[in-house]
Amino acid sequence: MINMIDRQPILQMSGIYKSFPGVRALKGVDFRLFAGEVHALMGENGAGKSTLIKTLTGVYSVDEGKVLLDGKAIRPQSPQDAQEVGISTVYQEVNLCPNLTVAENIYIGREPRRFGIIQWKEMNKNASALLSERLSLHIDVSLPLQSYSVAIQQLIAIARALSISAKVLILDEPTSSLDRNEVQQLFAIMRKLKNEGLAILFVTHFLDQVYEISDRITILRNGEFVGESLADNLPRIELVSRMIGKELNLLEEMPKSQHEEHAESDDIWVEASNLGRTGAIEPFNLVIRRGEVVGLAGLLGSGRTEIARLFFGADRADQGKLKFAKSSEAIRSPRDAISQGIGFCPENRKIEGIIDDLSVRENIILALQATRGWFRTINRKRQDEIAEQYIGTLNINPPNPEHLVKNLSGGNQQKVILARWLLMQPELLILDEPTRGIDVGAKAEIQKLVMSLSKRGTSVLFISSELEEVLRVSGRIAVLRDRRLVKEIEGQDISPHHVMQAIAGG
Amino acid sequence: MLNRKFIPILVTIGLFAVMLAAGSFRYTGFFSLQVVFNLLIDNAFLLVVAVGMTFVIISGGIDLSVGSMIALTTMISASLIQEHGMPPIVVIPIVLVIGCAFGWAMGAIIHYFKVQPFIVTLAGMFLARGLCYIISLNTITINNSTYTAIAQTKVTLPGGSFISINVIIALIVVLLAIFVAHYTRFGRNVYALGGSEQSALLMGLPVARTKIGVYVVSGFCSSLAGVIYTFYMLSGYGLHAVGVELDAIASVVIGGTLLTGGVGYIAGSFFGVMIYGVIQTIISFQGTLSSWWTKIVIGLLLFVFILLQRVLSARRSTVKS
Amino acid sequence: MNRIMKHHLFWPLTMLGALLLFNLFHSPDFFSIKMQGGHLYGNMIDILNFGAPLILVAVGMTLVIATKGIDLSVGSIVAIAGAMSCMTISKGEDQNSLSLVLMAVGLALVLSLVLGLWNGLLVTGAGIQPIIATLILMVAGRGIAQLITDGQIITLSSPKYAYIGTGSLATLPFSIFIVAVVFAAASLLTRKSALGLFIESVGTNPQASRLAGIRSNIVIVAVYMFCGLCAGIAGLLLSSNVSSADGNNAGLWYELDAILAVVIGGTSLNGGRFYLSGTLVGALMIQTLSTTIYSVGIAPEITLVVKAFVVLAVCLIQSESFRKAVIRRWKTRHYPGEKEVTRHA
Repeated sequence: MINMIDRQPILQMSGIYKSFPGVRALKGVDFRLFAGEVHALMGENGAGKSTLIKTLTGVYSVDEGKVLLDGKAIRPQSPQDAQEVGISTVYQEVNLCPNLTVAENIYIGREPRRFGIIQWKEMNKNASALLSERLSLHIDVSLPLQSYSVAIQQLIAIARALSISAKVLILDEPTSSLDRNEVQQLFAIMRKLKNEGLAILFVTHFLDQVYEISDRITILRNGEFVGESLADNLPRIELVSRMIGKELNLLEEMPKSQHEEHAESDDIWVEASNLGRTGAIEPFNLVIRRGEVVGLAGLLGSGRTEIARLFFGADRADQGKLKFAKSSEAIRSPRDAISQGIGFCPENRKIEGIIDDLSVRENIILALQATRGWFRTINRKRQDEIAEQYIGTLNINPPNPEHLVKNLSGGNQQKVILARWLLMQPELLILDEPTRGIDVGAKAEIQKLVMSLSKRGTSVLFISSELEEVLRVSGRIAVLRDRRLVKEIEGQDISPHHVMQAIAGG
Repeated sequence: MLNRKFIPILVTIGLFAVMLAAGSFRYTGFFSLQVVFNLLIDNAFLLVVAVGMTFVIISGGIDLSVGSMIALTTMISASLIQEHGMPPIVVIPIVLVIGCAFGWAMGAIIHYFKVQPFIVTLAGMFLARGLCYIISLNTITINNSTYTAIAQTKVTLPGGSFISINVIIALIVVLLAIFVAHYTRFGRNVYALGGSEQSALLMGLPVARTKIGVYVVSGFCSSLAGVIYTFYMLSGYGLHAVGVELDAIASVVIGGTLLTGGVGYIAGSFFGVMIYGVIQTIISFQGTLSSWWTKIVIGLLLFVFILLQRVLSARRSTVKS
Repeated sequence: MNRIMKHHLFWPLTMLGALLLFNLFHSPDFFSIKMQGGHLYGNMIDILNFGAPLILVAVGMTLVIATKGIDLSVGSIVAIAGAMSCMTISKGEDQNSLSLVLMAVGLALVLSLVLGLWNGLLVTGAGIQPIIATLILMVAGRGIAQLITDGQIITLSSPKYAYIGTGSLATLPFSIFIVAVVFAAASLLTRKSALGLFIESVGTNPQASRLAGIRSNIVIVAVYMFCGLCAGIAGLLLSSNVSSADGNNAGLWYELDAILAVVIGGTSLNGGRFYLSGTLVGALMIQTLSTTIYSVGIAPEITLVVKAFVVLAVCLIQSESFRKAVIRRWKTRHYPGEKEVTRHA
């Protein structure tokens, strides 16, 4: 293999600090990248992956720390700057212009010109040559980009990066919207480019892919550098445990599920049979019983949120169905789900949860009012009572029902959305990352709340990136990996080691 | 396989041909080269405005100020020539510069302060109309010899038909615009901007310059249209060209340009204006049909084209996903 | 003090107050109201009376804008409604028969509702952007109005119809009562039913509203229909005022004045929170501006220049980038990419 000792990394980042108002996103992160290598950057939500990449590509400035490219210090001020020194990025959402031709997308801003006139023939010829020689892609470059699949568009984005003579290529979750064959096509090209001496930084949530393509792995957690290792020397389970932040031996001491306390009912409330959505989650079976807390465990992007959205009708399933014990109606929209007694606290509360411009009170009563229609209004006195009640029980701060929800902290916004659904007295409450960005005290409150809901007979589908939390509250855990439900662990079998092993797979 | 991006413009050209054919079939004296040239003569100013509007709409914006800008240009020209005795050779550059400056100011506000183009150009529309009345509340008739000479010149073509100087100017503008849109970096950047502003920024394109530039082009085109309009009407008046912004937008859309930006052709807008002209001509030939049918038919065509674009783009996004 | 300044009516009222104050100094008898033959006369009454159609259109527009939409077709609907009612009456044997006038009014209002429904369906059903969807009717509408009147300016001799726009009730112009009723209805409908909450919710965050179970399509269609109805009533007022229908010029520029009134009133063009009372003040301010310019003796056409600056000023104040631009001047370095990305994040 490659001899490590006499090689200098092409890119070396050391002691990188970056803060945003209220958040320290990077705390002294080190990172190095060698030419001719694929290097995976791993970490869960809030680990600092995307911040690190953005400092590298000039989107953010670095507060402190050094970036050396080929031994020279660089300080890119914009994506263009970064491109000029040889660092190019291809994002998950293809950042090209869909309406322009393939050739233009590769060369726009640098079109071959004579007397200021764009030479289309030359440009098309160059683009064809570039695509076929370096990416083995033989397509008509004079068609608009949007006539090709996302996979091809991504390759074209890579071609653009290469044509600007990239030394470092950053692939930010390129495989998220590709099918298996497309991923293989991409990997083949990555291997080819790597062998040509390109340094590739690869970000993905798919563990299998990491081990398939990467030579080296760097792990970040909470804005800190956790470790760097050759992929061959890092067992999957260790990777997962370091990402999640618990050493294996510590995990064994974590509290077990506290669920044994109350009686398990066999009363099935809803059953997903062969439910799936192409590109989001492969068909799965999952039963939720009355009063049961079902946890979904898995890494970011493993399909947890996608399952939640299918249950709530936020996304339409394209195969399989949900069977309710009490009725045979299908769920086509969130409205249908609500009328079945489902509530949903979404992961992205800013975009999908709160209505910024409305007050705490209005946000709380919104879903209840929506089921009552235009004219069966909740009178103002009742609204105030409701708001006061939930502000009290959930400890919403500031305790002012007329405060605009956009001026609340993230944790309090989360509680407002919780209040909205608790008010509906749902039979199944789906909580997608309910404790993210919330302080420790509030976290414990929410966990306690989940337990008490379950005692009262409400079923809960609980999603969290914090394994500890999922273990603590769930009576049963469904484990997801790479967009598949891979295992269900129940009762006495629930142990950190078990879950972790299922997450890691392989 | 036919490229789907050409469907709207092919529909436009087909529609124009069908209308022309139908007119010739139905009305004697309709089919002559002169009728086609008259379309150009009467709509030369609209053609120029539509060219500017095409750039703006392709970039994802809109410019409501063009009609008022025409009026303001006729007013300033008339005032400078008649009341201040300035020669046309000085006046015309002045009004063109004013048009560009006006467009630049609107573009700068749109880009730097992120106010919707609709509202900024609305303010521009009010302002330009209002300024007309500050100059004068009444019509100022122009009797400058250069202007009347240009207005009356008929350029005879082989075959006996003729066009006006205005038509020549308009056609030059169209050809120049096609060149700019397809063979210069500015033109391609406009398309990129309309396709995705975020991407354009990440690809390192000069977004600010392009966005503001588009409104400068539109300002220039509308003031040039104003100059043409002055030749055509030989007067300056605050009520000139009322509603031309709508005619221009309609022509551009009928010409196959996507109102959401990113897709469109100058040549399409040319045929859009021609369709507009043919409708008017048919209605005048018919005699029993009244002029308001033009508006209804244009509205109908707008509806059909917007729906067509909607269907095409909907199909595109299902193909993608 | 700070709380007063933050109230949504502070700026609109201040502007209106300043205008009125100017009038007070310029012509002290601006505020005098005379009683003559059982009717009240005076500038203030005129402002309310002549401002009535604009207030109506602006009230409808407020709700549309609150849902993140816009309705460019209101001017055309004004013309169509006027044309429809005048046409119906002019076809009748006895132009002054009450049943005929009522039928004409009814027909015009139903037609306005249908036009509103058309707009609403284009926006929700076909998923076309509001500004584009309503542009269609804006262009075609004037043609339709002229089609109805056959291109003529129809003049009526129907005192009963003329009463709508020129009659008076309890010494005040009847139009003021119409406005009061519509305004009260809109306020009640949005504040006493849940419609207001749904409108603000859909306008602020359509995605979250859907997940909260709100049927946003129905809300949006209803709002466009209401806006059409308001414009229709305004059309009746305007045509009754002059006892004639002019398909070409009736309601010209109303869409723009109405949008202006809404924006001055503090409702953001980005949707969300709306202020009917602010819109009322905004519309009154625009009308006062016209009256002022008229009474000062400047040509009324020049109002446009003033309006242009008001539009710009209000939009710049509402623009976050503009407010930040002042602060940013002191920043020594900035990363353009950072700005962009946080905006899109």
